[in-house]
Amino acid sequence: MSAVGATQVGARVRAQAAAAPRQTRIPWGSLLLHAVLIACIALVVFPLYFAFVVSTQDLQQVVQRPPRLLPSSHLLENYAQAWRKANMGVMLFNSAVMAVTVAVGKIIISMLSAFAIVYFSFRGRMLCFWMIFVTLMLPVPVRLMSTYEVIGTLGWLNTYSGLTVPLMASATATFLFRQFYLTIPNEMAEAAQLDGAGPLRFLFTFLLPLSWANIAALFVVLFIFGWNQYLWPLMITNTEAMRTVVIGLEQIIPRSGTELPTWNLIMAGAMMALLPPVAIIIFMQRWFVKGLVESEK
Amino acid sequence: MQRTVFKSRWLPYLLVAPQMAVTVIFFFWPALKSLQLSLYRVSPFGDRSTFVGLENFGKLVADPDYYSSVLNSFVFAGGVTVFAVLGALVLAGLVTQKIRGLAVYRTLLLWPYGIAPAVAGIIFLFIFHPAYGILPYFLSFVTAYDFNWLLKGWVAMTLVIVATAWTHLGYNIAFYIAGLLAIPASVMEAADVDGAGPIRRFTAIVFPLVSPITFYLVVLNMVFAFFESFGVIDAVTKGGPGQDTEIMVYKLYKDGFIGLNLGSSGAQSVILMAMVIGLTVLQFRFAEKKVTYR
Amino acid sequence: MPQTATTSWWPTATTLLLVAALLLVPAPALAKTDIQFWHAMTGQLGEAVNELVKQFNDSQSEYEVKPLRKGTYPETLTAAIAAYRQRQAPHIVQVFEVGTQTMMLSGAVLPVFQLMKEQEIAVDWKDFIAPVVGYYSKDGNLYSMPFNSSTPILYYNKDAFQKAGLDPSKPPQTWKQVEEYSKKLISSGATKCGFSTGWPSWVQVENMHALHDQPFASKRNGFDGLDPKLLINQEFGVKHLGQLAAWQKENVFSYGGRAGAADPKFLSGECGMYMQSSALIGGFTKGASFKWGTGQLPHHGAPYKKATSIIGGATLWVMKGKPAAENRGTARFLKFISDTNQQMWWHVTTGYLAISNSAVKNLETGYHFKKNPDQFTAFAQLTKGTATPNSQGLRLGNFVQIRDAIESELENIFAGKKSAKQGLDDAAAKSNDILKEFAAANKQ
Repeated sequence: MSAVGATQVGARVRAQAAAAPRQTRIPWGSLLLHAVLIACIALVVFPLYFAFVVSTQDLQQVVQRPPRLLPSSHLLENYAQAWRKANMGVMLFNSAVMAVTVAVGKIIISMLSAFAIVYFSFRGRMLCFWMIFVTLMLPVPVRLMSTYEVIGTLGWLNTYSGLTVPLMASATATFLFRQFYLTIPNEMAEAAQLDGAGPLRFLFTFLLPLSWANIAALFVVLFIFGWNQYLWPLMITNTEAMRTVVIGLEQIIPRSGTELPTWNLIMAGAMMALLPPVAIIIFMQRWFVKGLVESEK
Repeated sequence: MQRTVFKSRWLPYLLVAPQMAVTVIFFFWPALKSLQLSLYRVSPFGDRSTFVGLENFGKLVADPDYYSSVLNSFVFAGGVTVFAVLGALVLAGLVTQKIRGLAVYRTLLLWPYGIAPAVAGIIFLFIFHPAYGILPYFLSFVTAYDFNWLLKGWVAMTLVIVATAWTHLGYNIAFYIAGLLAIPASVMEAADVDGAGPIRRFTAIVFPLVSPITFYLVVLNMVFAFFESFGVIDAVTKGGPGQDTEIMVYKLYKDGFIGLNLGSSGAQSVILMAMVIGLTVLQFRFAEKKVTYR
Repeated sequence: MPQTATTSWWPTATTLLLVAALLLVPAPALAKTDIQFWHAMTGQLGEAVNELVKQFNDSQSEYEVKPLRKGTYPETLTAAIAAYRQRQAPHIVQVFEVGTQTMMLSGAVLPVFQLMKEQEIAVDWKDFIAPVVGYYSKDGNLYSMPFNSSTPILYYNKDAFQKAGLDPSKPPQTWKQVEEYSKKLISSGATKCGFSTGWPSWVQVENMHALHDQPFASKRNGFDGLDPKLLINQEFGVKHLGQLAAWQKENVFSYGGRAGAADPKFLSGECGMYMQSSALIGGFTKGASFKWGTGQLPHHGAPYKKATSIIGGATLWVMKGKPAAENRGTARFLKFISDTNQQMWWHVTTGYLAISNSAVKNLETGYHFKKNPDQFTAFAQLTKGTATPNSQGLRLGNFVQIRDAIESELENIFAGKKSAKQGLDDAAAKSNDILKEFAAANKQ
């Protein structure tokens, strides 16, 4: 089923459903369904809820058994303490810069490459194609040490460039754009050429408007990817001023074994670290689903 | 099928240049460096290096810990995929029944995707903690079995699988919801007329129709769990107990960064890279075949 | 009136110019030289480091030490190495004790004794306490500056002891007593388990061997050669670890994970006794909700001698390749932190050992130890036993990997997957391989 076809069908189905609701065989089934769904959702949401509860307790309450399941009263002081201890303000800023830069940068270069590969025939096209796509799933740890040396040679240690550019090296976005462009009917490009439009005009006036859902979805995915990086920022930043928030969280967790974990502060830090990407998902949910799913495989 | 292409001598090169530059500088160059590193025995500070040919690879092949890390990787990736894909299918199936609140439910299930695996790991670590975690506490009312993940490998593995699958559920659900909604009503009605019960309807019609989505999600989840799950393992079990949750990527990190054995780490990188490349090629060949039905 | 206007702004202008000149002249002198100091301390300890550095920065105006937490001990070491290869190394890096051999043979460090000689700063090397000097010296010269040293001791829950009918002022001194007390604690319902341990390899393997005058590895625990063989699978090791495995089944001993993961077992009252670093005293004082005390590590008794325990913690290493002017700042900082006053402050604030005899004497005469007897336990254990070649410490290359191999096998032993002999044999075999690698990579 082609992507475009699927969405058209989907739209039709939804229209039909809205117009004429189907009779279910078991009338009380929908109540049961809701109950089951709510139970499942409760299960999924519980870890986060519990983390929130812990972030409002003091240390004695954290280790207490049986555990308390309702929020306590120390929310403000815990969050304030966690904020101070880990210097959250600066780090949230750095995480934001990193996430946005990686997302936007990747989207731009991927869109241009995918456009070139799909809409041009040039020498070395297949080579470029394979070279780019071979990086499709390259995990950061695998190229960590050697990439670090490359960054050092370029003089990009402890800079935003060093933090963001190496993370743009994989082809997930290019992949998505390529698949999407392949589903655009040929007639569009033909019509544009007949109209005398050059390739760049075609890109900006035809393809770009169609791609907004994809771009939004990619932005969400890449933002989250950039925000949640741990190992790379830890290695590449030398000063407190450049650190990101996921690392800040690790800083509150004492690991040298000579200190006791202050779980309430750790959970407060965790809440602060996960709030922005989760907020982005919730607010951009519609585009995220549309863009990601519609471009299919 | 012949596609319409634009004609230009220089434009395509200009367009691909940024991505090619980044790819060459930050992938191929470090990859070659890793390859080089894998053939040497290097002192940690880099001041002494001796060429040892394939000795690092030989040591890996003879090391039972390496095989167990490969096995662990597959177990972990498989576990995450089964949980996250199957769970997503079931939940999506429930959500797309003719009830209201689709958007609300979808939102409530989707958001864990934004949580960093490391952060999710920390939260689950706290929940599963043998000393004060609430899960062992509640389980202790049901059974006397000691779910101490510090000593029982399978508990540790379950813990990291659950934490990772948890973050990925929402992503899969989004896909399945769209796919299920796209099934034409006429098909479902025909099945009703045939007298098929809900289960039969599912296995004979729904499942085959969403199988392309399933295939895509299975590959994606496997790859993600195989290669991107470093954060969870590091934040929670650090490969323990023993080597029971030591996946390939983690062993590579441990040998290179903690053990400072750069040669072995390089060799492991090379093997992993070969696997990635192989998988990419496979996925593409397969996916291309599937997509071209219109 | 133009006349008055012209004459009136001259004095003002001249004054302003003079003031500006005066302000500008000292400006170059105000620019401080930065000294980068990478460490791995978190939480309270991290704050203590910052405070200590601030004291130094405030005490003089030429140098500014900039502390930066780079991660855990292994992460800090890796970062320093990677930075060194890029010629961007810090001036000072905190490396844990197991990294000593790696640092010593690296060719990337400036030994501390050499630094002080070059900078002509007098340090009384003989004033440092023997166990510390022994661990970090080569040929009688100190290579790194001791900073945060600790040794494992026994903590016990006085309230639980009381409840179990045990004398809360008498911690167990032998392993037999540990077993006895544990069983009483469990049967009286005071606690769920008898005892647990932190840092399994450091406490139960390395320190136990040292304390009982047993060799951990051949070649005098590695001091005499680059590729010794581990001896932890000899009779003593098998006996002790086998005992722990058996106790694990009865809850007399309850394994709680590596590093400090088992700390909550003691803090929550689950286990009545706990063996961990003496540096936890500060943390326990803040976090424990019950009365607790300390004692020395238990001993098996005859036929084993009672020697001393070995130190843990970290020291500060100076990286090579910095200009002499910056080295001067580094040297002054290191001298500052090893002065008696700073040592006393550090000890009282963090619980880490004071590492010079004069500092210890000052603490004694100040009745510090009388008021805080727990903080004396560690000293006593380190200095009052009989020092033997087996209790000097360990010097093994790639020790991080070795500890990891040992702790992996310990987990197999405690889980009942392998017998003590089998597990220790495997650990020794793996470690010997690691040592061979190290020797080959560091052929001199």
